[in-house]
Amino acid sequence: MELQAVLMAAGGGSRMTDLTYNTPKAMLPVGNKPLMWYPLNLLEKVGFEEVIVITTKEVQKAMSTDLKIKDVKMKLDVVSIQEDGDMGTADALRHIQPKIKTDILVLSCDLITDVALHEVVDLFRAHNATMAMLMSKAHEFTETVPGQKGKKKTAEQRDFVGVDKSGKRLLFMANEADLEDGLSIRKSIMRKHPRMLIKTGLVDAHLYCLKKAVVDFLTENKSISSIRGELVPYLVRKQFSKTVNSQKLKDDTDDQTQEKNDGPLLISSRDEPLLQLAQERSCWNDHRGDMSEAYHGGKLRCYVHIMDQGLCCRVNTLAAYIEVNRLAPKLFEEPSVHPSADISERCQMGSDSIIGAVCHIADKTSIKRSTIGNFTTVKEKVKVTNSIIMHGVTIEEGCNIQGSVICSNAVIGRGADLKYCLVGNGQHIEPEGKSKTNILSNGQ
Amino acid sequence: MADSGVIDGPGRKDEIERAKSEGKDLTKEEKQRLRKEKKQQKKIKEKKDDKASQENEKEKKPVTSAAPASQPPTQPTVQKAPSAVPATAPVSVPASEASVPADKPTKTKAELKAERRARQEAERASKQTKKGETGQQAATSKPKAPPSDLQPVVKRLPEHIQVDNPDVLKKLAKKLERQQTPEHYAAKKIPLRSDYGYKVSLFSHLHQYSRKAPLTQQLSIPSTVIHPAIVRLGLQYSHGIVAGSNARSVALLHAFKQVIRDYTTPQNEELSRDLVNKLKPYISFLNQCRPLSASMGNAIKYIKKEISNIPSNCKEDEAKNKLLNCIESYINEKIILAGVAIAKCAIEKQKISDGDVILVYGCSSLVNHILCKAFEKNRKFRVIVVDSRPRLEGKEALRRLVQKGISCTYVLISAVSYILPEVSKVFLGAHALLANGYVMSRVGTSQIALVAKAFNVPVLVCCETYKFCDRVQTDSFVSNELDDPDDLIVTRKGTTPLEGWENESSLGLLNLVYDVTPPDFVDLVITELGMIPCTSVPVVLRVKNVDQ
Repeated sequence: MELQAVLMAAGGGSRMTDLTYNTPKAMLPVGNKPLMWYPLNLLEKVGFEEVIVITTKEVQKAMSTDLKIKDVKMKLDVVSIQEDGDMGTADALRHIQPKIKTDILVLSCDLITDVALHEVVDLFRAHNATMAMLMSKAHEFTETVPGQKGKKKTAEQRDFVGVDKSGKRLLFMANEADLEDGLSIRKSIMRKHPRMLIKTGLVDAHLYCLKKAVVDFLTENKSISSIRGELVPYLVRKQFSKTVNSQKLKDDTDDQTQEKNDGPLLISSRDEPLLQLAQERSCWNDHRGDMSEAYHGGKLRCYVHIMDQGLCCRVNTLAAYIEVNRLAPKLFEEPSVHPSADISERCQMGSDSIIGAVCHIADKTSIKRSTIGNFTTVKEKVKVTNSIIMHGVTIEEGCNIQGSVICSNAVIGRGADLKYCLVGNGQHIEPEGKSKTNILSNGQ
Repeated sequence: MADSGVIDGPGRKDEIERAKSEGKDLTKEEKQRLRKEKKQQKKIKEKKDDKASQENEKEKKPVTSAAPASQPPTQPTVQKAPSAVPATAPVSVPASEASVPADKPTKTKAELKAERRARQEAERASKQTKKGETGQQAATSKPKAPPSDLQPVVKRLPEHIQVDNPDVLKKLAKKLERQQTPEHYAAKKIPLRSDYGYKVSLFSHLHQYSRKAPLTQQLSIPSTVIHPAIVRLGLQYSHGIVAGSNARSVALLHAFKQVIRDYTTPQNEELSRDLVNKLKPYISFLNQCRPLSASMGNAIKYIKKEISNIPSNCKEDEAKNKLLNCIESYINEKIILAGVAIAKCAIEKQKISDGDVILVYGCSSLVNHILCKAFEKNRKFRVIVVDSRPRLEGKEALRRLVQKGISCTYVLISAVSYILPEVSKVFLGAHALLANGYVMSRVGTSQIALVAKAFNVPVLVCCETYKFCDRVQTDSFVSNELDDPDDLIVTRKGTTPLEGWENESSLGLLNLVYDVTPPDFVDLVITELGMIPCTSVPVVLRVKNVDQ
């Protein structure tokens, strides 16, 4: 077997607590499908037959009742972990280490993309890489986010990603938060790769192909708890560090503590001499201009595939959630109106709206650019524009909902006027209530 | 010729009537007449498009003569092998010319006898000259063959050089389907890689793939149909990460070792037969990633022979170990030790002497090895590395030699005739040595050999015996490899002149990989069996076959 897929679905959605108050992030509806259905669909399309899903008990319960997830033909091996949030992604990998027999493909449940996966995996295969990951050019979110007064200042920490001139080899990765007094690049990197492109506008898709040796390495180094935060920068740095037997390795002090544990990372496979011979006899080199052999003789290589076209979005903020609701349905050819929905003839429905199952849409309603979930009831004379309505919502007559997100089982009273609001789970909006740019939920 | 055909026309009709009265060979008469008419038509056609007939003769003749051959469906006569048409016509015309001036009313039987003899000779001649299409055309025309006709021997062309024939492509697609490895789930077939871009007409019978459309696009990601080691190998071939005859063979054998290790014999199957069947789809897959080299072909033949020679009472583990050891010993003997022997031979027999200026082309692992060994033995020489676009492999050769400490000069192939007066010997590597003594190597090698011959510089080819193949080829068109044409596009100072080449209807990019050098330009071939002239290659092949 070549690759095992691991889906990380235990995340809590810490950056969109209003949405995830009642619904776990993995089961948030996007285009009337649960969020984790999208990466599962990606894996299924490409030909995976089994996926290991790491998630919480709550999500596991929700998964067993969800129809869309039941539709998935792959075998889902669900491993549940505690919800207390202490377990990072690398800890989770360590937890399932006995199940892992070959190289793995780790995905996050909040990734929605239409990437051609073979591009990432081909880099992993062809160069015998230790890690291959996917990144995408970030797109500005254009929709107004409910509850946000004024333009949001991007206080997000930027990621600095350094690639070589072919754009495939990953040379440098650091987050702004870790760089106190500026970006420093080791001379050894510059000597080997004199041309490096540093990019900041990239979104990490959290899709990684990792060698089995990395998982073994994790079991020996229990201090690493997050894949993205610690493991990936470590591997990228390790590409250029001097070998374990060398005497002068004083560049990074934190490397010293982990030097003795590097054994698993650098293990060679059987028949290494044959591979060595083939590489020696081959007249190929990945760089020109200096005296070193292919890959500079390094055994650890990290590669990245940067998508510049197509959809690649991580749903971890409210703005991303809204954006993705707009874009995700375009990925599939499904009809926008569920066959079991009951829509009256005098309803004006735009072509980019999606209506879920068993909905009741009454007369004289206008639904434009919106997503309406399952089991929702919309009464007469309601205007819904640019909004996301989740499952089981009741909207009474004469409401006007614009640019808002209404969570499951909420009830919007008659004549309410909501602009750019977020209504939490099970909330009741009183009739004739007016709200603008507000977040109305239990948490507040 | 056309005129004589016209003159013959009325004479012909008389004979036909006479033949009718004879009541014999009516169909053959008509056939001959038809052939003559066709020949006249073709003559007129050929006179019209003189310029267009630059194409491969073998391709054009069967195609064009197939067209008129299929035209008269009402004719009850049998369509013989189409290329027999031009061949028989010139032979039959003089025969009929000879018979026409003879006394027409008398001598009918003798005339007919002569004609029959002439016709039989013509058929014999056509059998010899016919290379023709495969059984397809002969098959459609066979049913009504008269009993006295001997079936012409159909020589089959390999499929990889008939890419412009849609029937052959369909056959290939079907063959890939049949070669699917049956797994428990749906049996998925090996995907068919589609050609890319406009192909120059002289080479339209070869495949041309794009590196941006790898075969893995159509495979499932955890590849179950094809062993992961083979998928990795195929990717490395198509990206050029493993390039060079020796490297490719070693990598192939390494991948086969992994396949054998992971192999388990299914129930009711014998390892010797089943393993060979398992390898077939892998080989088709690799062939589509990049056409197999001659050395790889020989290695595969060896492995298949070894597998089928495993006795049926042998236990699986034993058999697998045996096979792994066979592979190890093959690599050791044929590649590593052969390289050592060749280097020793070259150095001890003073082929590299002090003060030599040696010219090498591209990056041949064997030639580099020889030069490095010679340098270690303290021979004083310098090297001129000749390089060519788009691969620029010479840079890698330059790096390896300079790393050792050898003083090198680097030129492009366009400067070869300027640099040759300085050169004392030319060392060339080979991709394969063909049975008629021709050397198949990287494109540009024959050029270098030609120029060296003009300057009277000795040309030595270094080649291990496992690269000898029993194919015969005299030109570089018949069988070659077309690389990705986008490699020729280069961006200098921000502009890419060839950027939209696909949109230009009259522009074709050609990126050839191999060419053949005739044996007159090669002075010596250094193999591990010794130093042999180029023409002794068939002898070595024969001896090898006898051994096996």
